[in-house]
Amino acid sequence: MGFLDIEHLEKFYGTNQVVKDFNLSIEKGEFISFLGPSGCGKTTTLRMVAGFETPTSGRIRINGKDVVDQRPNQRNIGMVFQSYALFPNLTVAQNVAFGLRVARAPKAKIRGRVAEMLAIVGLSEFGARFPFQLSGGQQQRVALARALAVQPQVLLLDEPLSALDAKIRVSLRSEIRDIQKTLGITTIYVTHDQEEALSMSDRIVVMHQGVADQVGTPFEIYNTPKTRFVASFVGTLNQIVATIQDPSTGTLQIGADSVTLGRPLAAKTGTEVGLAIRPEALSLRPQSDGALSLPGRIVAVDFLGSVVRVKVDTGSGVMSLDMFNRPTAPPPVPGEQVALSVAAEDVIVLSDGTAVGQSR
Amino acid sequence: MKVNRFWSWLAIAVGVIYFALPLLGTIEFSLRMRRGEYSLDAYRAVLADPRFHETFGYSVIMAICTIVFGVLLVVPTAYWVRLKMPRLRPLLEFITLLPLVIPPIVIVFGYIRMYNTSSLLPLTGSAMGTNLLLMFGYATLSLPYMYRAVDTGLRAIDVRSLTEAAQSLGAGWVLILARVILPNVLIAVLSGAFLTFAIVIGEFVLAALLNRPAFGPYLQLIGANRAYEPAALAVISFAITWACMGLIQLVTQFSKHTKAPR
Ligand SMILES: Nc1ncnc2c1ncn2[C@@H]1O[C@H](COP(=O)(O)OP(=O)(O)O)[C@@H](O)[C@H]1O
Ligand SMILES: [Mg+2]
Repeated sequence: MGFLDIEHLEKFYGTNQVVKDFNLSIEKGEFISFLGPSGCGKTTTLRMVAGFETPTSGRIRINGKDVVDQRPNQRNIGMVFQSYALFPNLTVAQNVAFGLRVARAPKAKIRGRVAEMLAIVGLSEFGARFPFQLSGGQQQRVALARALAVQPQVLLLDEPLSALDAKIRVSLRSEIRDIQKTLGITTIYVTHDQEEALSMSDRIVVMHQGVADQVGTPFEIYNTPKTRFVASFVGTLNQIVATIQDPSTGTLQIGADSVTLGRPLAAKTGTEVGLAIRPEALSLRPQSDGALSLPGRIVAVDFLGSVVRVKVDTGSGVMSLDMFNRPTAPPPVPGEQVALSVAAEDVIVLSDGTAVGQSR
Repeated sequence: MKVNRFWSWLAIAVGVIYFALPLLGTIEFSLRMRRGEYSLDAYRAVLADPRFHETFGYSVIMAICTIVFGVLLVVPTAYWVRLKMPRLRPLLEFITLLPLVIPPIVIVFGYIRMYNTSSLLPLTGSAMGTNLLLMFGYATLSLPYMYRAVDTGLRAIDVRSLTEAAQSLGAGWVLILARVILPNVLIAVLSGAFLTFAIVIGEFVLAALLNRPAFGPYLQLIGANRAYEPAALAVISFAITWACMGLIQLVTQFSKHTKAPR
């Protein structure tokens, strides 16, 4: 049992099921991301933890205590919103002090704690300002300080960086993660941005149509996606369909070509499986032994600076590959006939339907 | 373009003739109490009348009570409907418009029937009870303005997020209303309050039929019995109403934290 346990959580709006049998156990101090496209139920799940929505069924336990019947103001949960939700009539310091004043903390303690929180988020000089006098990034840092000032059991953030511009988003990302680590606070972070989830989290929950498709570390989620959805949503995976020819040696038919993975597959001959290959795993240069080769024709070349993204039409789908820019070798040109090569262990066999996950 | 200008000016001219001319006439007339020269005699006479002080004082107190009652009634209601029952908003808007459609005389007859001395709740039996009834009546009359003002104020803030932020910080409903919602709609509430004030000061029907010593019936009494004083009183009433409008503008300008943030 973890610090925050979610068991068989379900939510219906009328007949529309928004969250389906959601299970998760979070350790104390862990940073968990809910990652998924808009409308997949991330916010609804988070709001059930916060107490703003009532689950249709299921349990939520924090520190061993069932909180489903507790009102939001009894749960001691910190919440950070996409829209900041700072109280416009209060100064920055008063905003941060709000929760402490509600709890009737002594004046001296409030003052000390507000100063401490503002220092943590780097806004010590801004205590007397009103929210409208701050930039979006600063406002969100105030909101974070306000949520943390009451020392909540759990911190919930719902797309806190979505309203900010790209540069601030990236810097605030690591700032939030640093603060979270320093305070050791158990955190759930909702986002639709895979880069955010991958760079910040201890573990990621990839959600899809109300279901937690896969739970794992960023490394696991990125490198060994379990489902087609996870594979397509996380990273820019190339996906192709193959037919199993010989499960014992891992021989697959892709279009007119036949390749051997050299590892056994759990599905029967003749079944179709989805394969996923990361753009950075593909190469235009012949690789050492054991590599698979697929012929194709270059259809597009995007020069992105340090990386060159090449699109190759293999006949059974367009594959995208990333190669590093090298000053000595000019990028390939569209129209060229090439052979794509990929190491057998970089081919991910997706486990949707009858296929099994790839082992590494 | 030229044609447009012409019609605009014509509209303004008609407006001026329609609104300003009678007002100017009244002001001019109120200054003519002394034969052959302009003077403030009429105003002096009015201000020296103890009944003016009594009735005006009474109406001011009633107005303040009405405002407090109206705020306590409307702010939580409008807030709750916005937060929890947004589908009921059209219904609420309709209900709050009813006082504009139903004449006050209907309301007051209803009150007298319901709360007369032989009823279960004989409010008209005592002066205090009648005052209470009068206040309810005033609150009803000002409801369309108060509700709209408050609802507009609520629209300007993110009611839901602010409520949830406060909740997650441990606040209960009373605290949220008092510390988060009310301060942020204060400007709107104030403009509703000044409108209420103007309505209560000039109201005649309710006060007359409930037989309370309010400013409206006094205006009527003077108007029926004097020549110049009514004109002076009308000008004073006008000035009060306009001062209220001016104050609405002023508080809107002076709010320090509601300047458009983005
Ligand atoms: N109060 C509600 N009433 C009805 N449907 C809702 C409500 N809130 C959310 N939904 C629906 O639930 C689904 C999931 O919403 P949400 O949890 O906000 O998704 P996400 O945060 O992942 O974008 C959406 O299809 C949304 O339309
Ligand atoms: Mg959401």
